Amino acid sequence: MPGTEVLSWIRTRFMPHIWCPGCGHGIIMHALIRALVALGKDKKQTVVASGIGCSSRMAGYIDACTLHSTHGRSLAFATGIKMHRPELTVVDVMGDGDCSAIGGNHFIHACRRNIDITAIIMNNNIYGMTGGQASPTTPAGAWASTAPYGVIDPSFDLCRLAEGAGASYVARTTIANPKQAETYIMNGIRKKGFSVIEVITHCHTQFGRKNDRRLPFDNYKYFKEASVPLTKAKTMTPEELAGKLVCGEFVDREVPEYTGQYAKVIENARKRG
Amino acid sequence: MPGSEKSEKSDVAFWQGNTALAYGALAAGCNFFGGYPITPSSEIAEVMAEELPKIGGKFIQMEDEIGGIASIIGASIAGAKALTATSGPGFSLKQENLGLAYIAEIPIVVVDVMRGGPSTGLPTKTAQQDIMQARWGTHGDHGTICYSPSSVQECYDLAIRAFNMAERFRQPVLILSDEVVGHMREKVTKRNPNNLKIVNRVRPSVPPEKFTPYAPDPLTEVPAMASFGDGYSWHVTGLTTSDWGFPTNNPPEIEKKMLRLMSKVDRFRSEIVEYETEYMDGANVVVVACGSVGRSAMRAVRDARRRGIPAGFFRPVSLWPFPGEELAQKSLGAKIILVPELNCGQMVLEVERVIRGRSEVRGISLVNGELFKPSEIGRIIEEVA
Repeated sequence: MPGTEVLSWIRTRFMPHIWCPGCGHGIIMHALIRALVALGKDKKQTVVASGIGCSSRMAGYIDACTLHSTHGRSLAFATGIKMHRPELTVVDVMGDGDCSAIGGNHFIHACRRNIDITAIIMNNNIYGMTGGQASPTTPAGAWASTAPYGVIDPSFDLCRLAEGAGASYVARTTIANPKQAETYIMNGIRKKGFSVIEVITHCHTQFGRKNDRRLPFDNYKYFKEASVPLTKAKTMTPEELAGKLVCGEFVDREVPEYTGQYAKVIENARKRG
Repeated sequence: MPGSEKSEKSDVAFWQGNTALAYGALAAGCNFFGGYPITPSSEIAEVMAEELPKIGGKFIQMEDEIGGIASIIGASIAGAKALTATSGPGFSLKQENLGLAYIAEIPIVVVDVMRGGPSTGLPTKTAQQDIMQARWGTHGDHGTICYSPSSVQECYDLAIRAFNMAERFRQPVLILSDEVVGHMREKVTKRNPNNLKIVNRVRPSVPPEKFTPYAPDPLTEVPAMASFGDGYSWHVTGLTTSDWGFPTNNPPEIEKKMLRLMSKVDRFRSEIVEYETEYMDGANVVVVACGSVGRSAMRAVRDARRRGIPAGFFRPVSLWPFPGEELAQKSLGAKIILVPELNCGQMVLEVERVIRGRSEVRGISLVNGELFKPSEIGRIIEEVA
């Protein structure tokens, strides 16, 4: 049961939530709120933005300044908010399709600018809300309602994408390790720059049911067994890593942050102006 | 009319329409621009990139047109007066998030410097093919506020008016300029900031715990708007909501919201509607034209009058709401109404709708990328008079 401080960040009047019983999204929401509480954040100075899909409903459940925007676009909205009010803490919660398919362009450019936003990707490998269609992170060979003969597309490694695009903090964990999720989210929010925390979760309703992980527990068990810490992964061969979920902090670097850079533009323009 | 006040200290500039539009936005208090380069609107972004940081405002070149409008909606939610500018292909891409700004009632100003379409069409040539897209482009019903400048001065003044209307009505306001107006150069009188009427969105007058984000003001039907970071935690969503701002499936609440999106504009159309007339007294042939075509049409009408033909000129400055009642009233008794426009017949539909057969209405289309010559319109006036 969440503590009172955590509960104070939840719009409890909307409970029960729309997520299926056993869904991992609640675990991520709890980890996010614990991180915000631990960091002493003020609800009225904290923005939670989201796009469309099951993940996006999280913005409605968190009692803060919340924006439930359009599919894939949340980072572009969040960029406008952060640019205008850099003092606000801005968290963006996304699903895997939201972030990497329809929102892929916004995602890579938010990474490139390194704007101080914390992006949490709830990767459940499927479009859950619309009924189990294949997403860019659905594993090759898996069943999806739009891939009834199995997915033939290679899947995206979102952490490597974020690293390549320039994010200053990139980490991955699973909902089977909520404490680690909380820590990574905390580190991400603390980081002055664009942070990406991919939390692998599950959609037993739309993905697990058709891919041998029918029950929530089947998924937790899978996450526990498949997770490999980054330090250990470094000693393993690509063959040994096939099908594993490498968890850890991939990137933690100091890169000039966008709103800070723009503050310098203002300074220069005023000098010249 | 805001922006039209005479001032002693006004100074004068020689600008192109796009530049004037950008400086008009700045005069209105615009402090945020998010956009993406596109011909023939890019000069607006370039001026804003140069000027905004000087006043502590923010400019961001986004990754695409969709991001451009998303960023200004975000900035407006955080309290900014925000602008984006584009042309046809970009205007198409912006329709999705324009819808979000309509339903969530976020004030923004969107400029479309029209060029020929469909698709990439004619990037460097003029057209007026987006008139209906401005009204119906995003899915779903909503009231639309849209202005059409016909001179460089009007680019400046209508930018101010657009921001005032966006703040007053808490919704997107569109400016449909076109390639000719955007790129031609004329004298502009800059308005004295001390004499300028600037409208700011109504802020909540109640403490955060008593704030109902979408409870409309009983008089204006527009809800007070808090900004993120101002001490009010509230929810913005593209879903249809109750007055609390959270999704609803309750039919009466849905209907209330939908009807209010229309009526908050319709009921107060007299605050928005603007038009210009010349020679309408006893006019037998009325020419209705907007934007750059208004210039050719005005000249054609003046020349016709000089030749003794009873021609009149009516220029809608607000395209949406369309000054239809005003046109119908002023053109009573006219034999024929000519509607020259740079498309295959868009504004003429609106004219036919309001005239209801009382006069003959004839559309004149030009879609070759050129602007009407006054003589081309003049010849038709002569034929039908």
